[in-house]
Amino acid sequence: MAINITMPALSPTMEEGTLAKWNVKAGDKVEAGDIIAEIETDKATMEVEAVDEGTVAQILVNEGTEGVKVNAIIAVLAEEGEDADSVSASPASEPEPPAAKSDPKAQEAPDQVRGDGETKQVASTPVAMPSLGAGNDRIKASPLARRIAALKGIDLKALKGKGSGPHGRIVKKDVENAQPGSALVPVGDKAPAPASPDGLILPQVLDDRVYDPGSYRLEPLDGMRKTVARRLTQSFMQIPHFPLSMDIALDKLLVARAGINESAPDGVKVSVNDMLIKASAMALMAEPDCNASYTDNGIAYHHGAHISVAVAIDGGLITPVIRDAETKGLAQISIEMKDLATRARDRKLKPQEYMGGTFSISNLGMFGVKNFASIINPPEGMIMSVGAGERKPVVGPDGQLTAATIMGVTLTCDHRVIGGAEGARWLQAFKRYVEKPESMLL
Amino acid sequence: MADFDLIVIGSGPGGYVSAIRASQLGMKTAIIERENLGGICLNWGCIPTKALLRSAEVLHLAKTASAYGLKVDKADFDLDGVVKRSRGVAAQLSGGVKHLMKKNKITVIEGEARLEKGSPAPKVIVKDSKGKDTSYQASHVLLATGARARAIPQAGLEPDGKLVWTYREAMVPDVLPKRLLVIGSGAIGIEFASFYNELGSDVTVVEAVDRILPAEDAEISAFAHKSFEKQGLKLITGAQVKGLKKAKDSVTAEVAIGDKTENIEVDRVILAIGIVANSEGLGLEDLGVKIDRTHVVVNGFGETGVKGLYAIGDLTGGPWLAHKASHEGVICVEKIAGKIDTAHPFDNWNVPGCTYSHPQVASVGLTEDEAKKTGKKLKVGKFPFIGNGKAIALGEPEGLVKTIFDAETGELLGAHMVGAEVTELIQGYVIAREGELTEQDLMHTVFPHPTLSEMMHEAVLSAEGRVLHM
Repeated sequence: MAINITMPALSPTMEEGTLAKWNVKAGDKVEAGDIIAEIETDKATMEVEAVDEGTVAQILVNEGTEGVKVNAIIAVLAEEGEDADSVSASPASEPEPPAAKSDPKAQEAPDQVRGDGETKQVASTPVAMPSLGAGNDRIKASPLARRIAALKGIDLKALKGKGSGPHGRIVKKDVENAQPGSALVPVGDKAPAPASPDGLILPQVLDDRVYDPGSYRLEPLDGMRKTVARRLTQSFMQIPHFPLSMDIALDKLLVARAGINESAPDGVKVSVNDMLIKASAMALMAEPDCNASYTDNGIAYHHGAHISVAVAIDGGLITPVIRDAETKGLAQISIEMKDLATRARDRKLKPQEYMGGTFSISNLGMFGVKNFASIINPPEGMIMSVGAGERKPVVGPDGQLTAATIMGVTLTCDHRVIGGAEGARWLQAFKRYVEKPESMLL
Repeated sequence: MADFDLIVIGSGPGGYVSAIRASQLGMKTAIIERENLGGICLNWGCIPTKALLRSAEVLHLAKTASAYGLKVDKADFDLDGVVKRSRGVAAQLSGGVKHLMKKNKITVIEGEARLEKGSPAPKVIVKDSKGKDTSYQASHVLLATGARARAIPQAGLEPDGKLVWTYREAMVPDVLPKRLLVIGSGAIGIEFASFYNELGSDVTVVEAVDRILPAEDAEISAFAHKSFEKQGLKLITGAQVKGLKKAKDSVTAEVAIGDKTENIEVDRVILAIGIVANSEGLGLEDLGVKIDRTHVVVNGFGETGVKGLYAIGDLTGGPWLAHKASHEGVICVEKIAGKIDTAHPFDNWNVPGCTYSHPQVASVGLTEDEAKKTGKKLKVGKFPFIGNGKAIALGEPEGLVKTIFDAETGELLGAHMVGAEVTELIQGYVIAREGELTEQDLMHTVFPHPTLSEMMHEAVLSAEGRVLHM
C-alpha cells in the first residue's frame, strides 16, 4: 500500500508552511532517515526525513508552494515490491491544491486562476479604496443559511469560507444558534480554521444587561460603513506602521496662495489643501521610493503621484483621487477637487474616481487639530495627516524670536515599503516645497 | 505489517460500497461474506421484492387493460415464473457486485468472521465452509453485518419456514396462500401485503399502533389506508397478535383488538415486526463494543470507540435502509482516509424512506405531527394527483404530495407523498433539503411538463397559497 507523506508540523503552533525544496524526485528510492524535503515556516527552515523506505511514486506539492497545511499529503511513497506507477494514482485522485486552498485571495478569485491557465498565485488585485460596493466578496452560503442570517441580523462575512458545508459553504447549523453580531464560530466536527483577513473584525454587541437597548439608537451598518470598518481594521492590524512628525512653516505658502488667487481665473479659489496636494505630489516625484505599494509579489513603485484626499461625508469617509497631481497646475487641482468633493458628498463618485491612489492626505486643520496619525489606506505606502496652521513664536536662525504660522504634519508609513530614513527624506522634500512654494514651479 | 488497510465484514449495500470507496482512496481492502455477495438487499430484500412487485404491477395493468382501450384475453400469472424472474434479477446483481469487487481489486473472503483483540485494530478470524480458521490483521475493521427479521418467541411470533414466514420465505413461495396474515405494517409488511393481494390472496394486515405505515405522516397513512382497503386489503390497526395456533396447513391467530379478541384463520403468516441487528457471534462483547438492543452504538462517523473498529448500516441505529448504510459507509471510509474535507457526519433526518406498494409511499424529513412539536410556525402545502395531467394520462389519479415548511425561514422540514412513482420523485425534495433550499428556491425552479414532478412544484406553491392547478 502506498504511504502518504504529509506536511509535518515543525512546531506545536504551526498550521501551514512553505515547501521550500524537494531533495528527491519521483522514481527516487528513499531509506528511512533520508532528508527528502525542506520546509519553511515563518520562523525557521527544517529538513523533513523519510520515516519509511520506498520509492517516491508521486510528488503532489511543488517546490516553492506556500501555505501548505499541516497534514496535507505532499508526496506518495510506493513500498518495496509495489509498482510506483500504479500507486501514484490512488491518493492523488483527488488532491486538493493546498496553495489555492489556503490562500484566501486565490479562493476569492478562483476564476482568475483558471483563466490564467497557470498555477501561480493570483497577484493581489488592487485593493479598493473604502468602496461603496461589496466587490468580489462572494460568500458561499445555502439559501436557508442566508435567510436565517438575515432574520437574525447576522453578518455572514465572519464565517466566509468557514462553514461546515462542502467547500466551506455556510449552512443552517452554522448560523442557527448564533446571536446577532456575536462571534460566529464554525460548528461541526472540523477544527475551527484560523481567522481569515475577512474575519478580522471582532464581532461586537452591546450587552443588554449593561446597555439598555432603549438607551441608544442602533443604526444598521450600510455598505460603506462595513467597508470602512473592515478595511481600516485590516490595515491597522496587518500593516506595520509608524508615524513621523514634522513642523512646517506655512507663511510663504499663504502669501503665494494670496497672490495666486488674485490672478486665478473666475470661480477658481485655490485652497491651502490644494497646494498641499501639489506639494505632496512633487515630493513623491523627488523621493520616488516613497511612491510605493507593498505586494506579495514585490514592491510596486508607481510612476505617477495619484493623491487620495480624505473627504468626510454623511455616514462615512471616502477618498477621491487627484490623478497625476505632479503634472497638474493648482487651478486644475482646485477645480477637480471641488468637483470630486461635491460628488463624494452626494455619493456619486465612480469607482475609478476613488480607487487607485498612491498616497493619501487627511486634513483636520480646519477643526483646530494640532497633530494626529491616520491609518494607512492600503495598498498605499503612506498617508499624511495635516494639522492646523497656528501662529507661534519661533526662534529664527540668528537666535531672534519671531512669529510664524506653523503646521504640524504626521506621516504614517508602511514599514514594509518605507524605512524611517525614506519617510524622513520625503518629509524634508515636502517641507521644502511648502516653505518655498516657488520651487514647485521648477 | 497488516494484511489489509481495511477489512469490511458483510457485503450488503453498506459493506460493498464501503469497500469500493476504500479502494478508490488507495486502501488495500478485503471484504468478508458468509453467504452471497450483495447481502440481504440484493439477494433477499430490496431488489428481489421490487422484481416481485413489478410482476404484480404488470399483472394489475393487464387486468385493467380495457380501461386503456386494450384487449387482454385473460390476465393471469405463473407463480414459479414470477419467483424465477425475481431470483434471476437478484443473481444478476450479485454477479454485478462480484465484478465490482474484482474491478476495484478488493479481496473477497468467504466465511464467517469473528473478532479478537488486536492492534492497530481487532484481529479478524474467518471460519471457512470447511470449518478452518484463518486470521487476518488490518489497520481498520468495518462491521456491516446487517440485520434480520425480529421474532417474539414469547408470543409465538417465531418463523418456522413453513407456515410462519419471514421476508425470506415470503419471497420464494411455492404456493400462493389463499389466506395470508401479515403482522406489522411497516414498509416490508405493506409491500408483501400489496404483492399477495394483487396476486389474489385474501390478505389481512395487523398493526399494533393506530395506523398503518406508522413512520409516515398521519395524513399519508390515512390516504394509503383508504387506497389499500379499496383494493380489498383488510387492515386492522391498534391490534396485537397474542398467539399463533398452528394446524397442519393453516394458522389461527389470536388478535386482541381493544377489549375484544378475534381469531383469524389463515394459510400463511408473514412476520414483519421489525429487525434485530446481527451483532452476536462477532466477539463484540469481549472487545468492549457498546451495544444497545442488538445495535452497535456509533458516532456520526461510524466509530465504535474501540480503536480501529467501525460499524455502519442496519447493525447500527435506524433508519434501517440500504441507502443509509451505503452513505454511512462512504462517510466512515473517508474519515478513516483522513478526507475530512469531504467526510461529514451522518444526518438521519435526510434519509428518504420508500415503500413500493401500490400506491407507493415516499417521504423525507419531519411528519406534520413531528414538525408541530418543534413549536415552529408551519406552512403546509398539498397537491392531489387528480390535478396533474400526467397522472391522469397514466391512469393513476390517486395520490397526494405534501410539503411542510418552516413559515419563518422557508426551510423544507418534511415532504410526504403517496401515489404512482413517488419513490422516484422524492429525491428532488431530498436534494432541496441537503442543499438547504427554501420555498423560494423551489418556487423558482422549473419543473418539466407534463410530469408527475409538477405536483412537487404545486405542493410548494400550495404552501404559499399560490397553487395553480386546483
